[in-house]
Amino acid sequence: MNNPQETRRVWPEKLFYGLCLSAVIIPLGILVLLLGKVGMDGVARIDWGFITHYPSRLPARAGILPAMVGSIYLIGLTALIAVPVGIGAAIYLQEYGKNSRWADMIELNIANLAGVPSIIYGLLGLGFFVRTLGMGRSLLAGACTLALLILPVIIMSAREALRTVPDRTREAAYGLGATQWQVVRQVVLPVAMPGMMTGSILAISRAIGETAPLIVVGALTYLTFLPNSPFSAFSALPIQIYNWVSRPQEAFVTNAASGIIVLLVIMLVMNSLAILLRNRLERRLK
Amino acid sequence: MKVEIVGTAKPRSERLIEKALAACGFLSIAVTLGILFTLASETIGFFKEVSFGQFFGDTQWTPLFSSKHFGIWPLVSGTLLTAGIAILVALPLGLLAAVYLSEFASARSRSFLKPALEVLAGVPTIVYGFFALIVVTPILQSLFPGVQGFNALSAGMVMGIMIIPMISSLTEDALRAVPDALREASYGLGASKPATILKVVLPAASSGIIASVLLAVSRAIGETMIVAIAAGQQATLTVDPQGPVQTMTAFIVQVSMGDTPAGSLEYRTIFAVASALFVMTFAINAVSQRIARKYRGYSA
Repeated sequence: MNNPQETRRVWPEKLFYGLCLSAVIIPLGILVLLLGKVGMDGVARIDWGFITHYPSRLPARAGILPAMVGSIYLIGLTALIAVPVGIGAAIYLQEYGKNSRWADMIELNIANLAGVPSIIYGLLGLGFFVRTLGMGRSLLAGACTLALLILPVIIMSAREALRTVPDRTREAAYGLGATQWQVVRQVVLPVAMPGMMTGSILAISRAIGETAPLIVVGALTYLTFLPNSPFSAFSALPIQIYNWVSRPQEAFVTNAASGIIVLLVIMLVMNSLAILLRNRLERRLK
Repeated sequence: MKVEIVGTAKPRSERLIEKALAACGFLSIAVTLGILFTLASETIGFFKEVSFGQFFGDTQWTPLFSSKHFGIWPLVSGTLLTAGIAILVALPLGLLAAVYLSEFASARSRSFLKPALEVLAGVPTIVYGFFALIVVTPILQSLFPGVQGFNALSAGMVMGIMIIPMISSLTEDALRAVPDALREASYGLGASKPATILKVVLPAASSGIIASVLLAVSRAIGETMIVAIAAGQQATLTVDPQGPVQTMTAFIVQVSMGDTPAGSLEYRTIFAVASALFVMTFAINAVSQRIARKYRGYSA
């Protein structure tokens, strides 16, 4: 058809389509550029020494051992605190507290907490855990702070997982005479577990990259020993990266890129773990 | 599924379990109270030493200098400048990306483009800070000679990239909630696809879009590491994006990197700034939630 009106209509449509498509492509292109730049800058510096050395004034001798160990301890402690509490709260809200005014209030409150900037959690940690409870600038204070930070995310994703369990399963169990806890423990939780674990691991993997709250709580950038108790002073990967990236010498910036690679690899491993775990648990349930 | 029927579970232990679970739920309220109490008590201490009038009336922020001024406005202007630049970047891209995913993309391409976009929100902010300082700022400097080593423009733009998925995924939900009947009615009147999207679908989803943009603004205001690394540490009352600015969050980081004994005025200053930050983000989130609730009412 060579109707001029038709052709006039077609090119603005194509232009509009192109605009929308480029709005997806451009951000993804920038993501590739970002990862590519980090990879090119940082990969050459990564070797056994980088992973096993302590920080140093000489960029070529500096390593990330205490920061990496600190991050791993931090994540472990954070998970120990946040996952049971978060899942407990989700069970209460979804299985026990339905239609109660308290549960509504808690729910609104969690939505509000999820919007609080992470640095504010750092100040809560500084004022409450570090000072009031007297934990000092310790691993434990950092972990408690991060645990509170990711708690809303864990609760929301665990509730999502509980919601996928159909009510007829619960009713069948009640019909057999099970008590409410028996229903939750033996019927609901096994079905919801893969989803809850995946959500928790994703939340924890986000906590590894959190920098601002740890700076406020008082993570150190120059540590010449490894933390050996929850009350030790500590460093963490993003803190070390921040320290290196804010130095003027080019060689330290290279170290920062290498540190970022290590950080991203740990996050990638955790995310893959979450997916693997979910698949395995799902298969076992079938 | 096997269900063991054990009739011996005592009601008392059941009640105990319920109480323990409820305690987990109430912990979240304790966290909110903890935040409010911690911020308020140190902020009150701050205002015992610095007057309200100076905090909101002075135009200089120099609490770490020997001649101290405590006017919050330079920090607020730095925060709004970087957040404004971020929204200028994220709003058009996020909106158009949402239109693409909801109105144009096939189910298959959507299934990998959407998670790929969301990776942008999962990259740690420290990585974006590195990117802004090491990659974006030199590019900007080669384009505009006035751009300095630390500047609001680079930090704001990179922050914009980070919040694109926030806008695009919530906007896409809002677009998908618009009933197809509206689109078909528009086509039936002879409107083209772009006209239908721009004049029918987007207006119908407007409250959802506004809610998503407000959430993104609040996120940008609270964002810390990108601005701390790339925007500088100079609290100046300016709207010039080429020079350094200090945001409220960056100030908190600057003080925290040093050694600040508890009870000192510097220590209290970061709590006062954090209180202002908390009030700003909380107000924006509350408006956004209210609009989002209205919009859920529409689509139902």
